Amino acid sequence: MKEQRVDNAGNVAWLDDEEFRRMSGAKRAWLEFRRNRFALVGAAFIIFIALMGIFAPVVSTHDPYKQSLRKRMKPPSAEHWLGTDEVGRDFYSRLVYGARVSLFVGIVGTSVGVIFGTIVGLISGFFGGWVDTLIMRVIDVMYSFPGIVLAILIVSVLGPSLFNLIIVLAIFAIPTLARIVRGNVLSLKEQDYAEAARALGAGRTRIMFYHLLPNTLAPIIVYATLGAAGAILTTAGLGFLGLGVQPPQAEWGNILSNGRQYLRKAPLLMIFPGALIFLTVMSINLIGDALRDALDPYIQ
Amino acid sequence: MRKYIVKRLLLAVPTILGAITAVWFAMQLAPGDPALMFVPPDFQGEEAAEYLAKVNEKYGFNDPLPLQYMRYMRNTLQFDFGTSLRTLRPVSEDVLRRIPNSVRLGVAAFLLSTALGISLGVLAAIKRGTWVDSALMVFALVGVSMPNFWFAYVLILLFSLYIPKVLGLNTPILPPSGLGGVKHMIMPTIVLGYTSAGYLTRYVRSSMLEVMNHDYVRTARAKGVAERNVMVKHALRNGLLPVVNVLGINVAFILAGSVIIETVFAWPGVGLYLIDGIVGRDFPVVQGAVLLIASSVVFVNLLTDVMLVYVDPRIRYE
Repeated sequence: MKEQRVDNAGNVAWLDDEEFRRMSGAKRAWLEFRRNRFALVGAAFIIFIALMGIFAPVVSTHDPYKQSLRKRMKPPSAEHWLGTDEVGRDFYSRLVYGARVSLFVGIVGTSVGVIFGTIVGLISGFFGGWVDTLIMRVIDVMYSFPGIVLAILIVSVLGPSLFNLIIVLAIFAIPTLARIVRGNVLSLKEQDYAEAARALGAGRTRIMFYHLLPNTLAPIIVYATLGAAGAILTTAGLGFLGLGVQPPQAEWGNILSNGRQYLRKAPLLMIFPGALIFLTVMSINLIGDALRDALDPYIQ
Repeated sequence: MRKYIVKRLLLAVPTILGAITAVWFAMQLAPGDPALMFVPPDFQGEEAAEYLAKVNEKYGFNDPLPLQYMRYMRNTLQFDFGTSLRTLRPVSEDVLRRIPNSVRLGVAAFLLSTALGISLGVLAAIKRGTWVDSALMVFALVGVSMPNFWFAYVLILLFSLYIPKVLGLNTPILPPSGLGGVKHMIMPTIVLGYTSAGYLTRYVRSSMLEVMNHDYVRTARAKGVAERNVMVKHALRNGLLPVVNVLGINVAFILAGSVIIETVFAWPGVGLYLIDGIVGRDFPVVQGAVLLIASSVVFVNLLTDVMLVYVDPRIRYE
């Protein structure tokens, strides 16, 4: 089969079979990914939001915490691009700083969860037997606390804080990842190369992390991406409920929660943070979908 | 077949016990004395110390942990979640009164999301690669990506503020909060139904596409069965089998969403009860509501497993 290749200038070229066959999996996947325009737009938006968060002190026009009672709930103007909130803080600057927390927490929390979930899944699938049964029962229990309910339980005990939020999101990602990795490992460990490694005297740890893990990386990447989108929604939801990042620290969820009280007078205070959450989550979902399509041959 | 159902039933038992254990364990993680979580936050100084002593006596927080655990398990299994710190009523009573409200909203949202998810998913699969497919996938993606509370406020803004204003009405078209007639249910149902329909639509579409690649579908076409019948009799019946599994996940999703949506619309269900419990630092309420939600999830999953036996004959012969 001939494969299409689009270079940076947008020219379409055809790869012959030989060239395509010789490419590494990652390169092939990248080619495939690049063909998905929606995903590229999504990726561009995420990079934009990430840069905005990283360079928040430079990009913002005002101190996001400085109140000015004389300038409460002003409409957008040249000085305050998106207007001001109920205590006269510059709304644009608050949203810029909010990007920091929302993205950072979502990504770090998911990453931690993905690492633990992968290890748990590897162990469960590789060792089988009572270890597997025990782990899967625990995962079942974790699944019985749907979405935000588990987060609410943990936060209600530990109290709301940035660190606890990351723990919650990590716990959140574990069951899904563990199940996927376990499923893959179950079939992979019977493959010839795993058998060969065992015959050569490779230890369990080596087989697990050196032979099995790289071959189950594709679904891990896909679900980690989709999981990050979910994590950002959860962070915002907890912030909205007052269980996430605490005000006055700016986070999209708590900014929105604050803004809803002024729905009549200043609806933008609610609309903007929500739209940002929505676009960010949608961009990550687009990337995740494209990754799934690109890595498809490896996802059984 | 009976063996399978019994096995599923037996698997649900450790899951429920595990969920109760998890809540108990979470309680032990509390910084400081877990008993403090049972003292109303407005009690101060000596009053609080007195109450603490009572709490310790009532819940036995001074007993050895295994004993505490056993007692907690026993009480919970008897549907005794303790007493609310604010209303001083048993949590189980409060919860029971709110269950019908949550069920009403949940069932409506479930029906909407299932109807939307299955019909749109099948339509997208049939029209694969056309603009209909793309439009439906965007519709689903938006549902999946939108924060439900934001969508709720956008609807409130539209139907309770702007549209009435434009039409010159004095009352909102749809009431923004509270429990009442059908009108009160419309917005929360749309929010919950649409945000959960996204996943289902995507899942139904891919499940249908997979089935449509099977040999028996090609055979049906080759032998001249009308396209309509190929879809309904060959593809749809098989394509929707795996969807039964997802319906359980869908219920879990709606339950989680209802916690936030009941708060937005001041809908007096279990979800709002949970949030009120957290805001008021009323821990017995929190654990009662959380356990109720968790056991409903386990129950629904059990139900879909049993349902699967009836719709998928392959399982009967396992």
